Amino acid sequence: MSRVRRARSALLGAAAVVVSAGIRRWRRRPSRIAPVTDAPGGGRWLTVTVNRPPTDVWAEALPEPLGRYGDRLEIRIRPAPGDRGTELAARTKDQPSRLATSLPGRLAGRDPRQGVRRALREAKSLLEAREVLLPDAPPTAHPSLGGRIVGLLTRRSREEGVL
Amino acid sequence: MRALCWEGVDKLAVERVPDPRLRNEQDVIVRLIAGTTCGSDLHLIGGHIPAMRAGDVIGHEFLGEVVETGPQVRRHAVGDRVVVCSFVGCGRCWYCANDLWSLCDNTNTNPGLGQAIFGHDTGGVFGYSHIMGGLRGSHADYVRVPFADYGAFSVPEGIDDVSALFASDAVPTGWMGAHLGGVRPGDVVAVWGCGAVGQMAARAAMLLGADRVVCVDSVPERLAMTELHIGCETLDYTATDIEAELRERTGGRGPDVCIEAVGMEADGDGALRRYDRAKQRLRLETDRPAAVRQAVRACRKGGMVFVLGVFGGLADKFPLGALMNKGLTLRGAQQHGQRYIPMLLDRIAAGELKTSHLATHALPLDEAPQGYAMFKYKTDGCVRVVFRPGG
Repeated sequence: MSRVRRARSALLGAAAVVVSAGIRRWRRRPSRIAPVTDAPGGGRWLTVTVNRPPTDVWAEALPEPLGRYGDRLEIRIRPAPGDRGTELAARTKDQPSRLATSLPGRLAGRDPRQGVRRALREAKSLLEAREVLLPDAPPTAHPSLGGRIVGLLTRRSREEGVL
Repeated sequence: MRALCWEGVDKLAVERVPDPRLRNEQDVIVRLIAGTTCGSDLHLIGGHIPAMRAGDVIGHEFLGEVVETGPQVRRHAVGDRVVVCSFVGCGRCWYCANDLWSLCDNTNTNPGLGQAIFGHDTGGVFGYSHIMGGLRGSHADYVRVPFADYGAFSVPEGIDDVSALFASDAVPTGWMGAHLGGVRPGDVVAVWGCGAVGQMAARAAMLLGADRVVCVDSVPERLAMTELHIGCETLDYTATDIEAELRERTGGRGPDVCIEAVGMEADGDGALRRYDRAKQRLRLETDRPAAVRQAVRACRKGGMVFVLGVFGGLADKFPLGALMNKGLTLRGAQQHGQRYIPMLLDRIAAGELKTSHLATHALPLDEAPQGYAMFKYKTDGCVRVVFRPGG
């Protein structure tokens, strides 16, 4: 019974992620009045706000997690309003395929935006906290059916979300 | 090492798990001196919080001794006795810099999960769901503490272990409810829940100048403990009409600040209690918000309701009409402990805040599953169980 409950709990978590992804996809459906940020080619800008001034964010080069992309990314840096630091945005120059951005593609890690999200988050952590926090290892004491499903989601968690 | 692991809904076991290692340069490793149960653990033990994995180490309120430090740790050394904030903050993101530590941008190692559920990710917390960071918990012989310069606090010599232990979570959580709830001299404050957090919120309200503080619960031992150790008024919701009592005690106005310290498994009474339990059991709502509903209805016009109890998702029959039409402010937060812990340790040392009475039971770590059963069912007058891995 407990295995069933664990699996149910994990499936509920998975369902939440899937539903959230579906809602975001629906909200990204083509609009008659497309915003400028949805320009074709690279898709929507993925953005983090870094609690550092713009001159720190791009002193001589981009932080390594973004710098390793070279010229495959468009980068936008601008001051955040108020006292909120710097808005750091990136998007891929190549439009990903529909297969790559589908749920199976994303679970398989084939969507290039996943890597950009991870790179943005890691760049922000390095700029602010000087390190990227690593999870404990191993993440749990032993494997289980429900745990494998949660594990699949957590492996993709740094690359997914609402950036 | 030994650790208390979640093994499924309502199943806990003490197991052998690998020792923690330094994973980042700002980590320390702490040997546990004492840890304690928390009401929010019951939500995840009972399967109400998603994204738990069998074998997860639980526990987040603790005190210990530093036994190893990362190369970038500046404020701690081996041998320090430290109390550790249950939420982890990097100290330098915008949220930490603005004293909103539990919202840290850089300490949740699973940000996509939190964003899917809540719209944004929270900071990381020890021993909780993978939605909230997936960091190992503290009911163990050792625990890894990331960003230790910001989240671990040396305990002054004059404070005993048990008194300092509650500065990890219960005391700052309660203090935050009163402080961010805007309690001012002359206010009447009502607190739902006479557990450790509710008692600390009541004491904080008194220290911030409240004229009158009234605590609501149904457990006789907890009501008596609150009257004796906190020194405020109490009400038993099974014995009286709470809203009528509060109106009568406030000249018909209602409390200026209402602090909810119960959370997603609130009981309430009557038909609504049965309705909530049925819907939660069927997973048609995740949270039973009986105490929040009552706080919103009882609060004076233009007053403040502060939600300290832990909620996980969606609540039904929320009185949004009362909130809007009465001009209330609704606020909530997980604890921003780094903001308060040094001040609170000073107050504990000065005798202004008494915490040791909360530790009604003490058990070795090997008996932690029994301790949580006692805590869940509030048997033998249990308010908090303290585990001492070292015996």
